[in-house]
Amino acid sequence: MHLLTASNLSVFRGERLVLSNVSFSLPAGGILVLRGENGAGKSTLLRTLAGLTPLAAGALKWDNEDALNDLPSHAKRIAWLGHLDAVKPALTAAEHVPAAALAAVGLSAYAELPARLLSAGQKRRLAIARVAASAKPLWLLDEPTTGLDAASVLRFLALCETHRQGGGMIIASTHTPLELSGVEVLTL
Amino acid sequence: MIALILRELKLSLRHGADTTASLLFFIIAGTLFPFALGPGPTTLAAIAAGVVWVCALLAALLPLDRLFGADYEDGTLDLLLLSGLPAYGVAFAKTAVHWLTTGLPLLIIAGPLAIMLRLPAEHVPLLLLTLLPGTMLLSLLGTLAAAITLGARRAAVLMPLITLPLMIPTLIFGAAAVTSAHPSAALYMLAAMFCAALPLAPLGAGAALKAAAE
Repeated sequence: MHLLTASNLSVFRGERLVLSNVSFSLPAGGILVLRGENGAGKSTLLRTLAGLTPLAAGALKWDNEDALNDLPSHAKRIAWLGHLDAVKPALTAAEHVPAAALAAVGLSAYAELPARLLSAGQKRRLAIARVAASAKPLWLLDEPTTGLDAASVLRFLALCETHRQGGGMIIASTHTPLELSGVEVLTL
Repeated sequence: MIALILRELKLSLRHGADTTASLLFFIIAGTLFPFALGPGPTTLAAIAAGVVWVCALLAALLPLDRLFGADYEDGTLDLLLLSGLPAYGVAFAKTAVHWLTTGLPLLIIAGPLAIMLRLPAEHVPLLLLTLLPGTMLLSLLGTLAAAITLGARRAAVLMPLITLPLMIPTLIFGAAAVTSAHPSAALYMLAAMFCAALPLAPLGAGAALKAAAE
């Protein structure tokens, strides 16, 4: 079973110290929700955990080994959902993700539709479907429920639960309460 | 990497207007010279190789601002950097796609354009031979410039300002080889520049991509 451990993470963005001495531990099946006001560093922490933003100090360990030592290998553990959907307007929904993942987010009826014709909420669901289809152990989600209707939020929570039951881990920044069991909260 | 190249090729086909615009620019820019200088075959033949080279160089610059720009704006760049490929691998894949969708079509059209500009037929194969590494070099250096200017204000203006000076040696040797009595030296220089840029440009572009994603 995997274990992600962050010890005293500090991160600069430009000249500004955004994160200072952030520590947490996340076991397999765990979910960590990042909270904090706008600009508190939630997205920065997610980007740092993904290896996109470099650490100024501290250590990030995956199964007690330096996670950021080999970034391409670390990337293979991560399913990323940023605040942008990374949806290509010219491709159809089915060209973004497999049919099963589309069904999981209720987009099967739109499979052959070019993504430029999807609404903002549907694009978000498509981005979530890509995460769900990835089969990677660590989900890093930046405001995953933005633009989702109530039914889509429930589908998303079901996907999270399935992922956790399979030993997956989730770290999410969100202002919306996630109705999941065993949620740990890290306030920045 | 193959999967990334295929996906990018599919996207390029869906945005076929970008490639078409480059090719049309190449043809139109080339055809302006006879209008400006007159149709005299001697004059045109003397400048044909240089005109084709310069027009190809400028035409290949056109799609560069969208090479990473669209991915940067829609969040795909993060996914590319988290794809498990090293950043230089992502840059190399983008370079390959740029050459396949822009450099190669330019190379194919360069022959007829050169003949229209009265380049002697026996010089056309040599022109194409020089444009082969030349367009590849342009894709490599253009990708580097596109990555460096990613996220910068006025990136579309900065990119040619970075790429064009870097391409001057290629232009000199490429155009000279076509009309030279002994073209092998210039061809060797082109090959050497390509061999140097092949590993270095993706490495530099990869570092720039990571910096842009921070």
